Amino acid sequence: MSKKELKDVAIDVNWKDITPGGAIPYAGNAHLYKTGDWRSMKPVWIEEKCKQCLLCYPVCPDTSILVNEEGKRVDFDYDHCKGCGVCVKVCPFKAIDFVEEGK
Amino acid sequence: MSIRERMSGNEAMAVAMKQINPDVVAAFPITPSTEVPQYFSTYVADGVVDTEFVAVESEHSAMSACVGAQAAGARAMTATSANGLALMWEVLYIAAASRLPIVMACVNRTLSGPLNIHNDHSDSMGARDSGWIQLYSENNQEAYDNMLMAHRIGEHPDVVLPVMVCQDGFITSHAIENIELLEDDKVKAFVGEYKPEMYLLDKENPIAVGPLDHFTHCFEHKRQQAQAMMNAKKVILEVSEEFYKLTGRKYELFEEYNTDGADVAIVVLNSTAGTAKYVADQYKAQGKKVAVIKPRVFRPFPVDEIAVALSKYKAIAIMDKADSFNAAGGPLFTDVTSAMYAKGVLSPKVINYIYGIGGRDVKSNDIEKVVEKLFEISGTGKVDEVYNYLGVRE
Repeated sequence: MSKKELKDVAIDVNWKDITPGGAIPYAGNAHLYKTGDWRSMKPVWIEEKCKQCLLCYPVCPDTSILVNEEGKRVDFDYDHCKGCGVCVKVCPFKAIDFVEEGK
Repeated sequence: MSIRERMSGNEAMAVAMKQINPDVVAAFPITPSTEVPQYFSTYVADGVVDTEFVAVESEHSAMSACVGAQAAGARAMTATSANGLALMWEVLYIAAASRLPIVMACVNRTLSGPLNIHNDHSDSMGARDSGWIQLYSENNQEAYDNMLMAHRIGEHPDVVLPVMVCQDGFITSHAIENIELLEDDKVKAFVGEYKPEMYLLDKENPIAVGPLDHFTHCFEHKRQQAQAMMNAKKVILEVSEEFYKLTGRKYELFEEYNTDGADVAIVVLNSTAGTAKYVADQYKAQGKKVAVIKPRVFRPFPVDEIAVALSKYKAIAIMDKADSFNAAGGPLFTDVTSAMYAKGVLSPKVINYIYGIGGRDVKSNDIEKVVEKLFEISGTGKVDEVYNYLGVRE
């Protein structure tokens, strides 16, 4: 199997093409693995209460708080947010609500 | 010209390792395999190998060091027995699943408890589903030869699996017998350089080894691993053929001895096959035929080949030097009979003997009891007891 044929973590890769032994031959592909469906509680950003202090940003274990080019936080990356709620706790302005997933 | 020598099975394995000259050997001493790393460490001290010898503090660490070294791109080897192998357990599976073709000398010893240092196969039989290729050896020559072939088999691109070479503790590991060694340069040429497809120290092509592998991909990896084991059978035969051309010593998936005209057969691993052959010769001198089938390759299990080979006998005794404690026979028995059933080989009467547990000596008269039972079954077509114990005090 040549390098070119090696497949990374593509979700539909079959057993013949998958990388032997689970090795990952490319860097920076963790985003392909979506962990958002593990979530039972969901943080909800309340934009009008947010002062853009960005205290939430460094505590997120999954870099699921997205920050735009102007340095302002925008909405959550729900594909990867596991709903741990650390950002909810750390927010001094109650600008993040925490609700049950699916409600 | 090969080199005529005399040495123990352990020294034969250590000499093979010296000639292979691996990058890393990580090992912890345990009877009866202790001499293998002991001999090897003298080669390291004398500077006759280039190997980094890692004197670890346990077998768990020995196998872990081998995994790390092999993943880094090195050729790694180790040796162990019994509870040493048991302590490697979780790492054995990781080595196989990570597709790291480590080679191990496994000098068979009974797995505690009760505490016992002598030979049976309960150690390697417990590791039979760990994903390692398992080669069994009747004597020092076969242990040496299997070691020389192990890397070629394990490292083959269609395989990429670790290989365990087994021989009987004390019985062959410590018995000094004649042996034919290959010259160093011939071994070097035969074994060749290790060229892994992917390895950690390849700075041009960085990889991550052993990442989390959930339900989205784990099954595909396991299926691929299963295929590697299926592919191994063909590769073992090819490598053995090449070895035959080099040495004149022929190895197949299993050895068939004295088969012509025999109605009964004994299936047995490792050194007891030697005793069984001796008994078969004694019977032959009396005009009675007893075949001996000695599996060399237990993983991958030669299902089709062994079922076909056994189809011509009327009565077969499968000898297990390890109990499965399943109330249904030993591991060799269950694998052989399931192979026969799957292939539709239903006419032979098959019985099982658990023998030699904890190093209980197995003499020619013990094997004669098995042969006499087989003649009885072959004559009457009736089996009174399928699951039997040989040599235990009743």
